[in-house]
Amino acid sequence: MFTSVDDVSARLAETGYLASPAVATTVFLADRLGKPLLVEGPAGVGKTELAKAVAEVAGARLVRLQCYEGVDESRALYEWNHAKQLLRISAGRDETWDEARTDIFSEEFLLSRPLLTAIRGDEPKVLLIDETDKADVEVEGLLLEVLSDFQVTVPELGTITASRRPFVVLTSNASRELSEALRRRCLFLHIGFPEQELERRIVRLKVPGLDETLAKSVVRVVGALRAMDLRKVPSVAETIDWARTLLALGADHLDETVVRDSLGVLLKHQDDILKAGAKLDLDAV
Amino acid sequence: MSTAERLTSLVGALRAHGVRIGTGETVDAAQAVEALGLSDRELLREGLAATLLHSTAQRQVFDPVFDLYFPRGVGAPGTGPADREELRERLARALATNDETLMARLAAEAVDGFGGYGNSPSSDGWSSYQTLDRLRPQTLLARVRDDVRGRQGMSGFTDRLLEDEIRRRIEAFRALVAAEARRRVAERRDRDEIARRAVAPTTDRVDFLFAGKDRLAELRRTVQPLARKLATRLAARRRRAARGSIDLRRTLRGSLSTGGMPMKPVLRRRRPARPELVLLCDVSGSVSGFSDFTMLLVQALHDQFGKVRVFAFVNRLDEVTPLLRHGAADPEGLGARIRAEATLTGWHGSSDYGVALGEFASLYGDALSPRTTVFVLGDARTNMSDPNLPAVREITERARRVYWLNPEARAQWGTGDSAAYEYAELVEMHECRNVRQLSALVGRLLPI
Repeated sequence: MFTSVDDVSARLAETGYLASPAVATTVFLADRLGKPLLVEGPAGVGKTELAKAVAEVAGARLVRLQCYEGVDESRALYEWNHAKQLLRISAGRDETWDEARTDIFSEEFLLSRPLLTAIRGDEPKVLLIDETDKADVEVEGLLLEVLSDFQVTVPELGTITASRRPFVVLTSNASRELSEALRRRCLFLHIGFPEQELERRIVRLKVPGLDETLAKSVVRVVGALRAMDLRKVPSVAETIDWARTLLALGADHLDETVVRDSLGVLLKHQDDILKAGAKLDLDAV
Repeated sequence: MSTAERLTSLVGALRAHGVRIGTGETVDAAQAVEALGLSDRELLREGLAATLLHSTAQRQVFDPVFDLYFPRGVGAPGTGPADREELRERLARALATNDETLMARLAAEAVDGFGGYGNSPSSDGWSSYQTLDRLRPQTLLARVRDDVRGRQGMSGFTDRLLEDEIRRRIEAFRALVAAEARRRVAERRDRDEIARRAVAPTTDRVDFLFAGKDRLAELRRTVQPLARKLATRLAARRRRAARGSIDLRRTLRGSLSTGGMPMKPVLRRRRPARPELVLLCDVSGSVSGFSDFTMLLVQALHDQFGKVRVFAFVNRLDEVTPLLRHGAADPEGLGARIRAEATLTGWHGSSDYGVALGEFASLYGDALSPRTTVFVLGDARTNMSDPNLPAVREITERARRVYWLNPEARAQWGTGDSAAYEYAELVEMHECRNVRQLSALVGRLLPI
């Protein structure tokens, strides 16, 4: 899919995703070695966006499995279409049992869920398993077969193997420790907060109307906030929100009033706002 | 040294630091090296990290070890003897423009020029401490600040961020110097040895008893994510435990809609009983880091329990639950505040488990019930006084379970004034020396 690491950066950039060298390298390797990519990092640094950007670059279909507590086999893998099966049974009253049984467990009655969808068919696909840490431990066991051999076993049909391997991205916020077995099957990538220079470019790209020097100041203030000991430090998504807010407010430079009034866009806890206000020498908030 | 050798010794060094790497990952790493080539060192670093590591915390160990096995350069940087003032001048400029490549080169030159000690060519080493001591990058702050201001002019609001930014750059420079000194030392001596000794362990393996002040602050920052992790694990366990046996009555009633065929088994719901927790913490100087940390963890897990009561002692015991109220406590001064506000010492300042446990049993017996789990935190060093085993026996009889977490290595138990084995006969005692062990134990022992 890609010829070099620089190629990855360049083509991702075309879709509007500015990748750090670490991100570009890992995406390149995941493609080259044909391994799933496990992406961890704080919320709002662009983990899900990465999968979308890769899909766009590759001209692939994005198949997304959103994990949540209680997601199970029938949501992730496949399900039998019971209603259709019942119809089939009642339509053929005169058949023998054997005929009916072999029939209703065939492809026709199979409902593909994301994992099976990603494996079947020859078109290029990107499989995004989002927030893997939200799913129960049992689901990980399910993923293991898919991720190591790119195959799925349906007891009634046998094993379905991918003829064309999808590019797999798993994301996690580390709210639960993923199993060692799952981690071993993946390349690991931690996306942290970007370097100031990169973040400034991201802000400029996402908020085109923003003045260059203001963008620089925005990124510097966010950098200072991240260095503080806060309950929830602002992420890239919040930086962009803030830049948009400033643009909407018509601010052309940062001063105490503007920062004080819009700090709530960046920080989501009252104690954080107070703390940051004190550290930045804003007057009474 | 061939690349394959380098790679395997890198893997060996990482394994020695507790990073679990299988052969499969090593093969992946070799493929990554092949795909990326050796020309760009930073790409190689990211590539190896992606294939060999499995979690974010491991990166902290990986980077310095990588620097040793895939060094930036070999030998001296190849410039003449550096002049101190001239080097400081160039460093100030690099700091002002935040030029990272220049800073790395200056770090190499600085170690070369000022870090060497010893005379004979075979014995000399390199010291980052000595380098920084001579170079004093921290004193450049004012100069760099004025330099930047002079060039950009006062830029209003963001001007107040400047000093902190420069401070962070200086900190980065110090890290570069340390890495460079390690590399130069490793060239002279056994690389594997240096990789084992000179690289700091990951935070979750730092010994509670030997953690310095800054490491403790780092440990505290691990509390929140750790508590969240434990909380989800406990919630999942509770949910599973709630899926109990089949409720026959409701299953049959449900079967009416399917003509008496029980299609959907209904499970009996258990009423959730939140356990109560009592913590007895030795907060005397020798083990205070450990008990502070555990208290914070329990505080963060607060909503998992019906009731939490925390008692601190040195040789007198006092309840400190109010000091730990969620949100109120700021973790920084927790230990100090407990020592200031609670009566913990009598006529001497060293710990006395016998008296403290006795006081607990006699004064706070009401804290114990068949639903209570008790954690005793401490090294069981009683300073030669009576361990008061009857009090412990009384506590075990009244509580549901009693566990003792001991931050000392098992080999030290029972030596000197340690009454660990006497207590271990009555209550289950576990060695708990670092965050890794603590989280495993708390996850396993908590009664949910």
